[in-house]
Amino acid sequence: MSELGVSGATSVKVEEKLFQNRYLVDAGRPHIRIKAHEVPSRGLLAMTHLCPAGCYSVSDSGQVEISADGCVECGTCRIVTTGTGEIEWNYPRGGFGVLYKFG
Amino acid sequence: MIDERFDAIVVGAGPSGNAAAYTLATKGLKVLQIERGEYSGSKNVQGAILYADALEKIIPDFRDDAPLERHVTEQRIWMMDDSSHTGMHYRSDDFNEEKPNRYTILRAQFDKWFSARVKQAGAIVLCETTVTELVKDIHGRVIGVRTDRSGDTIKADVVILAEGVNGLVGQRSDLRPEVAPDSVALAVKEMHFLPRETVEARFNLTGNEGVVIEAMGTITKGMTGTAFLYTNEESISVGIGCIVSDFVDSDITPYALLEAFKNHPSIKPLLAGSECKEYAAHLIPEGGYKAIPQLVGDGWIIVGDAGQFVNAVHREGSNLAMTTGRIAAETVVWLHRLRNPMTKENLSEYTRRLSETFVMKDLKKYRGIPALLHGNKGNFFGLYPKLISQAMQTWFRVDGIDKVSKEKEIFRSFRSARTLLGMMGDAFKLVRAWR
Repeated sequence: MSELGVSGATSVKVEEKLFQNRYLVDAGRPHIRIKAHEVPSRGLLAMTHLCPAGCYSVSDSGQVEISADGCVECGTCRIVTTGTGEIEWNYPRGGFGVLYKFG
Repeated sequence: MIDERFDAIVVGAGPSGNAAAYTLATKGLKVLQIERGEYSGSKNVQGAILYADALEKIIPDFRDDAPLERHVTEQRIWMMDDSSHTGMHYRSDDFNEEKPNRYTILRAQFDKWFSARVKQAGAIVLCETTVTELVKDIHGRVIGVRTDRSGDTIKADVVILAEGVNGLVGQRSDLRPEVAPDSVALAVKEMHFLPRETVEARFNLTGNEGVVIEAMGTITKGMTGTAFLYTNEESISVGIGCIVSDFVDSDITPYALLEAFKNHPSIKPLLAGSECKEYAAHLIPEGGYKAIPQLVGDGWIIVGDAGQFVNAVHREGSNLAMTTGRIAAETVVWLHRLRNPMTKENLSEYTRRLSETFVMKDLKKYRGIPALLHGNKGNFFGLYPKLISQAMQTWFRVDGIDKVSKEKEIFRSFRSARTLLGMMGDAFKLVRAWR
């Protein structure tokens, strides 16, 4: 599948894209939490490349971590971990989170 | 907080929720609509194309003041490989009509307008409020909702769930199953701004004419998906989406996929010099007819994306959303006037009415397509676009080789890549699923 790889994929910085967006961050009340785990499932691990806001990363000890401040509330992580229940997913409180100007 | 009892509560203020709330309120019902965003539209994402017909049936004079970007006069369908695209374009001056058929819109602005109409019609619209759960009585009938504003129950005869693709409220109340990763697409999108004269010159447009491009091929790197580029008044919406389970199996990030699409030699010049002002992501239910959940129960109805009402083949969704929202509301109005209770049996009139519209007819027609495309993604989204591209190049390149040899070369390339039997099988399956 190497021929199908995205050239220059590593040079794309999602932070620069998210910088365009407006957010009202609900400080101290993240709407997505990852439950404590030893080894992440395939779906949870996939979120490290699949999350469109790049919220997920892997720690040195191999657990998946989240920083949900740039979350665009698509729900992809919720759907890929439904079977495993590794994520507790809620909408941000009313009024908080991403605020689209154009949508 | 709210002690009154409502005839209906609508959860969500996208196209389906607004269509429902507007229809209910104009018929005199007491309606509460609850939206989690700062305003209606602030959480909503779409390409976006507005199909006039569905909205005209709700607000006939919407063209007078709705924020519309451009009316679509040209449709381009592109099959792409890494360096080329083979296009089918349809442009017609007939689309420059008094009441145009399709428009490009910006959803945040359009939904805000629709919401203002909902308020004018008499509905109470409560924003910045997230519905946390449905409240049921001891018989399991839905009698209202609870929100994150207060723990109190807000009561209504019926709750219309227009909560979008994630459908958390309905799913948590076991009204509908969770969306499966192989029947939902993740799409990412950017808004690129250019002076309107540049948009018009670049796309050969006069006045408010608009072009939409839908593209498929190697741009999705073997995954089931499509990309799009729509012209707005002074901006371009560009995006790409693939089935979530395909993304899981890959190691590609959605934003790298979008970046690669934007840098494709056929796309890059269209965006040159533009300024990106927003990046969005959204799920699109693409499971089609077979993924539609139970739509009614005692005291509840599901409309729009929450009910999987998207025609993925024709890239239609907002029109299905508005139509399901309208018909659900009309059913509720009809029962309300007859003083009939909002039971599952009575509300099933909604599904009966829907089955007579394009919504169910179209979804039923294409019920085999999602599985077919997903099951053969390597061929439909990789191999065939490449072969078609090669064939076009062989055909158009003038290089001293005679045409009979060129024809043989094209035929040989197809046969060596995919056996004759394999191609016939794909064609047969496609025709069968299309009918």
